[in-house]
Amino acid sequence: MSDSLSKLEKRTAYTLVLPAVLLVFAIVLFPIFANVWISFKDIELKDIRIPEPRAKKIVKSISENQSELKIIYKLRNSSLIQEIRNVQFQDKFPTNVSPIDLDPRCNFQSKKVVCNFGNWQAKYRENFEIIIQNNNGEIIDKKIIKSQKPILSGKADNPLLTTNFTLENFKKVFYENNFVELLLTTFYFTFFGTVGAIIFGILAAQLVNQNIQGRTYMRGILLFPYVGPVVALAYTWTLLLDPNSGTLNALLVNFNIIEKPINLLGQKYITMSILGFEFKLRLALTTVIFFEIWRYFPLAFLFILARLQAIPQSLYEAAEVDGASPIQKFIHITLPQITAIISILFMIRFIWNFNKFEDIFLLTGGASGTRTLPINVYQQGFAVSDIGMGSAVSIVIVMLLLSFMVIYFRLIGKRANES
Amino acid sequence: MNLKSLSIFLIISSFFLTCILSIWKIMATLQGLSFTNLNITPVFLICILLSLAFVLIGNKINHLIKIFSLSFIFSILYFYFNEASPYWYTLGVFLITLFFTNKLKKYSTQSLKEDFISEKIIFDFITLFGIVFFAFVILFPFYIMLVTSFKTQIALLVNPLDFSLDFTKSLTELFKSYFVIFETYNFGRYILISSAVSIGTVIVTLLFAIPAAYAVARLNFFGKNFLSTSILIIYMFPAIVLVIPLYTVFSQLGLRNSIFGLLIVYTATTLPVAIYMLQGYFKSIPKEIEDAGIMDGQNWFGIILKIIIPLSLPAIASVALYVFMIAWNEFLFSLMFLDSPKSFTLSRAIQYLSGDAETPRQYLMAGSVIVTLPVLFIFIYFEKYLVSGLTAGSVKE
Repeated sequence: MSDSLSKLEKRTAYTLVLPAVLLVFAIVLFPIFANVWISFKDIELKDIRIPEPRAKKIVKSISENQSELKIIYKLRNSSLIQEIRNVQFQDKFPTNVSPIDLDPRCNFQSKKVVCNFGNWQAKYRENFEIIIQNNNGEIIDKKIIKSQKPILSGKADNPLLTTNFTLENFKKVFYENNFVELLLTTFYFTFFGTVGAIIFGILAAQLVNQNIQGRTYMRGILLFPYVGPVVALAYTWTLLLDPNSGTLNALLVNFNIIEKPINLLGQKYITMSILGFEFKLRLALTTVIFFEIWRYFPLAFLFILARLQAIPQSLYEAAEVDGASPIQKFIHITLPQITAIISILFMIRFIWNFNKFEDIFLLTGGASGTRTLPINVYQQGFAVSDIGMGSAVSIVIVMLLLSFMVIYFRLIGKRANES
Repeated sequence: MNLKSLSIFLIISSFFLTCILSIWKIMATLQGLSFTNLNITPVFLICILLSLAFVLIGNKINHLIKIFSLSFIFSILYFYFNEASPYWYTLGVFLITLFFTNKLKKYSTQSLKEDFISEKIIFDFITLFGIVFFAFVILFPFYIMLVTSFKTQIALLVNPLDFSLDFTKSLTELFKSYFVIFETYNFGRYILISSAVSIGTVIVTLLFAIPAAYAVARLNFFGKNFLSTSILIIYMFPAIVLVIPLYTVFSQLGLRNSIFGLLIVYTATTLPVAIYMLQGYFKSIPKEIEDAGIMDGQNWFGIILKIIIPLSLPAIASVALYVFMIAWNEFLFSLMFLDSPKSFTLSRAIQYLSGDAETPRQYLMAGSVIVTLPVLFIFIYFEKYLVSGLTAGSVKE
């Protein structure tokens, strides 16, 4: 009895879970594996359509009395690189109309012209003509002829499913793509974006956790950048930072803080001198990192605040009795309580910053030294339209991500063992 | 009195007041006042004088009289040291000083002798400064977005610092950018598409997620643990690595440029987090209630529909709002999949507008305001649900 009940339970569970699992599998997991396949193929954006035979029908009169018409079919293979095999053609005609001198590849049967064109090479083109006449010598209505569309069919390989593979894409990714520079930029962006977001998150959480008036409003306001649409926020920043008439540059020039406007998003390096040491700062990258921090510190803030509010007040009261200073309280009570959440946040944010595409794309488009791996996927796949290459970069991203996750779960496992 | 703590108090408090006054000045500049100097040094000095006077006077006179008279004197001094400014500006300075001196209430020659007073002063003012700083940094871009949408391109090129709104103009003049983007750029249609996609995503996601989350939370089946860990791992996988295969497959299936295609992708990408959030909540519902349902002869479908859903409405609401915001804000897939203006979402439409360098910026900003406002309204109105959702599901942009 209980056995059949647990069987029923299992069956119900699978019915409930299956739709969701299948959908996620199709849209999330399948593409990740499909990337592997595509990354080993030499394929471009224009090749992804399955080749199909096409025909454009033009009707012309050739005799005075219009009892004869010439029909020209402009035939072509839609693909520039693949052949179509065994192309079949078919067109219907009204009663009493029949073709004269029909092409040997075709025959006329029960009001239909059926042709067998054989194989069409890539880029194949032909002007195929049929002359028709009315058997009773009456006028043929051009419109009726024109409105009848020919049907074509043929067999072609799906360019995605062919089995010729190449290692060329990966070679290009590693050797012709400024790979080291690309990787370094990605890591700078990811690391500093993550650390900055967490530091500002701690600061903001510490502030809001004090007993100040209007703290719920403050919490709401602090989350604005996180919930706002990225498109609107990125364009607002672009406008603020614009060198020609942007508000920030105009303000700085107005108050004589700088002499000339700085192109914060369009300049790769800026030379700074601190204490006599001159060094070059990646200006555009730094600006983009600041945008990233601005947009994502709210998440860190929210998590840390939730943790802070769970720390028992008695700990602080005891420290007060012991005569601890505010800094000592922060270091010895607050910090140990939030390290766990900070390490989780670090990992989550690190992974997401590593994958961040929209923010950089909208701010700089990947120019001025802000090209990261995700931007490169887009540039290769859609700007250069080399889909195979874009997939290869995706694979690199997935590999790096997987290794982060392994490291992360190892660390978490260790922590769990210790406690 | 301890000289060290006094000087720390003076410097820190004056620094704070100087910062707020500078921010006030910047905001006033953006209203078209032609200030060209922040005058930080003289302002800082009179701030020190103010703080010093405050501490020295101590409790000798009534607090209210004290702060009013001090702020009044300060404003006059400030007015004297500054470039010509209108009265509303000086009134602002007066109010800021009033707020500041009121904050100083707890400091006196006595309290400056306490233990760790210098650290406490620093913490106090850093807190105040931090709040002003964060509020300013967060709200400033939103403010610029809003006011730019009411200006004209020419006015902004002539004086990029004048964001003052001319209320003498008629309303249609003032809201011209909004009329233009609705009439010329078809934003009404994009709002409809965005809403349809977002609401559709919410409904479909809930339809898939509620049963799945119930199974994960309550039923025993082979592969359950695997499923619940893979939910999280899948969640970590970025949209950018899905884009190329989805693009190619959707092209061949003719799903690009279709709202339906977008809906499928949004649903699939939000499902893991929706399931994760919901199953956490379902687990917290006492099992006895369901057992009672089973006794009454309900099947699983009945239990979900009649017991689980009514009991977890708050969680479902927060998942729904959350998914709505993700779908509404989504940009990457709409950029990849939509090429024809007929099927643009709002985000994609704004990006398309910006692609044309000739598009005046106020139109861009008006579009941005339109896409931002609904999200902010939802967020403010349902903040409680959303915050609990954000922390519970831990996540996603």
